[in-house]
Amino acid sequence: MARALGLLLLGLVAVAPFVPMGGIRSYVIHVVIQIFIWSFIGTAWALMGRFGLVSLGHGAFLGVGAYTSTLLWNNYGLSPWLGALASVALVSLLAVIVAYPCSRFRVIGHYFALTTLAVGEVVRLLIIAERDWTGGSLGLTLAAPSTPSSLVALQFADRRVFYYGMLVLWLAGLWVWHRVDRSMARSAMEAIGEDETAAASVGIHVTRFKVGMTVLSAALTAVGGVAYAQYIAYVNPETLAGIGVSLRIVFAVVLGGMYSLLGPTVGTALTIALSEYLRVFFGVRLIGMAETIYGLLLVLFIIFLPAGIYGSVRELLRRRRPASAPATA
Amino acid sequence: MIEPIFLLEAALNGILLGGVLALLALGLNLIFGVLDIVWIAYVDLVMLCMYCVYFLVMVYSWPVWAGGLAGIALGVVLGIGVHMIIITPILNSPPINQLLATGGLLFFLQSFATFLWTTDHRSVRLALPIVEVGGMFFSFARLLSFAIAILAMLALYLFLTRTFIGTAIRAVSQDRGAMALMGADPQRVYVVTSAVGGAMAGLAAALLSIQYSVHPHFGAAFGPITFMICVLGGLGNMVGAFIAAFVMSEIISVGGVLWTTEMGYVIAFGLFIVMMFIRPGGILARRE
Repeated sequence: MARALGLLLLGLVAVAPFVPMGGIRSYVIHVVIQIFIWSFIGTAWALMGRFGLVSLGHGAFLGVGAYTSTLLWNNYGLSPWLGALASVALVSLLAVIVAYPCSRFRVIGHYFALTTLAVGEVVRLLIIAERDWTGGSLGLTLAAPSTPSSLVALQFADRRVFYYGMLVLWLAGLWVWHRVDRSMARSAMEAIGEDETAAASVGIHVTRFKVGMTVLSAALTAVGGVAYAQYIAYVNPETLAGIGVSLRIVFAVVLGGMYSLLGPTVGTALTIALSEYLRVFFGVRLIGMAETIYGLLLVLFIIFLPAGIYGSVRELLRRRRPASAPATA
Repeated sequence: MIEPIFLLEAALNGILLGGVLALLALGLNLIFGVLDIVWIAYVDLVMLCMYCVYFLVMVYSWPVWAGGLAGIALGVVLGIGVHMIIITPILNSPPINQLLATGGLLFFLQSFATFLWTTDHRSVRLALPIVEVGGMFFSFARLLSFAIAILAMLALYLFLTRTFIGTAIRAVSQDRGAMALMGADPQRVYVVTSAVGGAMAGLAAALLSIQYSVHPHFGAAFGPITFMICVLGGLGNMVGAFIAAFVMSEIISVGGVLWTTEMGYVIAFGLFIVMMFIRPGGILARRE
């Protein structure tokens, strides 16, 4: 039944851009595209976050990814398709540089979180410091291609193209999450998260799994960064690197629930919907109000619902199910 | 080429900055040592206290010392409040949830401050002189802050070593379980620790508000460097944090003169990352 419901929802999402909504259609599509991109990034973060590898520096991967493809396109005219490959390669390298020593020297828990936080800040500050070719805090606008819509330049005048592209990207992210969930890596990572020494003693290669998972998560985040840069056509160190965006990713995921497949998506959708709602209905009079409510909710959630919204609802359903349908067990 | 005198001036200014950073780091480190929780929002509490000082001094024209005392009082209230409302319910949660809960508080404080007071930079304007020593210039506000910060740290040291509750605080930070076994009430120690940590935040706010302007993102500007100092010195290690504060502020100050301010921070954070790998227990920790 759950599968049928899921397919129905997916069908609705697929036809949504053609539903006549009058003047607000373009806006609705814009919001949903953002939800797809940030959910994808959140899912990528949760790949490592759910195993206790809490990174507060995913902004570093996002920023390096977005800036690499943007700079390659603007300066050398390299297609973002190839630029994305370069971004993934560079970000994977960065992830190895961070994760390998972290794993070798047992930098875990608080220390891992603070080390990654420093990495995120270093990337943000370097982008600002190298303002001659990165544009500094003013950011960088993606150069427009010769025609308004170009597959090579990965820029399209019609938002619906982005909509379907991002939908596919988001589904691909969920698929990767699912694959990891079903793999040996999941058991290994869970064991490592519980007790590294014990995991190593039963023959789990701790460093290989931790670095591998970090690289996977970072590479997907880089893809998300490229996708975001292509859609918005503008990159800025504050929105794509550093502590702000890193925490935002983490909080959306925690809000939704980082231990379940759809948790990051639910959290991201809620936070984006909330801030858009408050922005539209209160306008500029209440600047900061959306984030205030959001921060308050986060504190309350971590105190009362540590498994997140989606995680808690799912747990509630699961607890009820054996009572009504004992035959399935 | 930069004149040596500018470098010397930058180095001395770095020491002056280090005093206030050390005060911030000690407050945070005290709480960490006792509760084993990193208050990510610590510097945002400082930001609130700075607004308090600003409004009392500039709008209600209180004398600066009275504004500073009010800032400290607010710090104490905030410290106890954060502990009772946010930390107490999640004292036994996984550490990462505790980190994220105070992170949520960070978002809340930052955006609520934006909502109430907009993103304008506000500064406490005092007619304090600039001191000239051998061709180098130092602001009197910085010298004063440095002196007060050093005195406050000395007072903290005496409090921790010479009073009964101070000894209890040190005992808890050494072994949390044993303290409860001895029949002492850890909650009382936690509250006192949070209050002292909050008072340090309030005092730091008073000292920072005469040097820097306050804005809602003040915590984002000074927060990361404060955590880095705590970790670099060894979380919970007071002497380590004190030394680390001066190392970091020297790098930022001298690096800022040699290259750009951002590069100074990049080098400081880069050093932090490397130090995490080679000395994860902090600069003063003995290698296992």
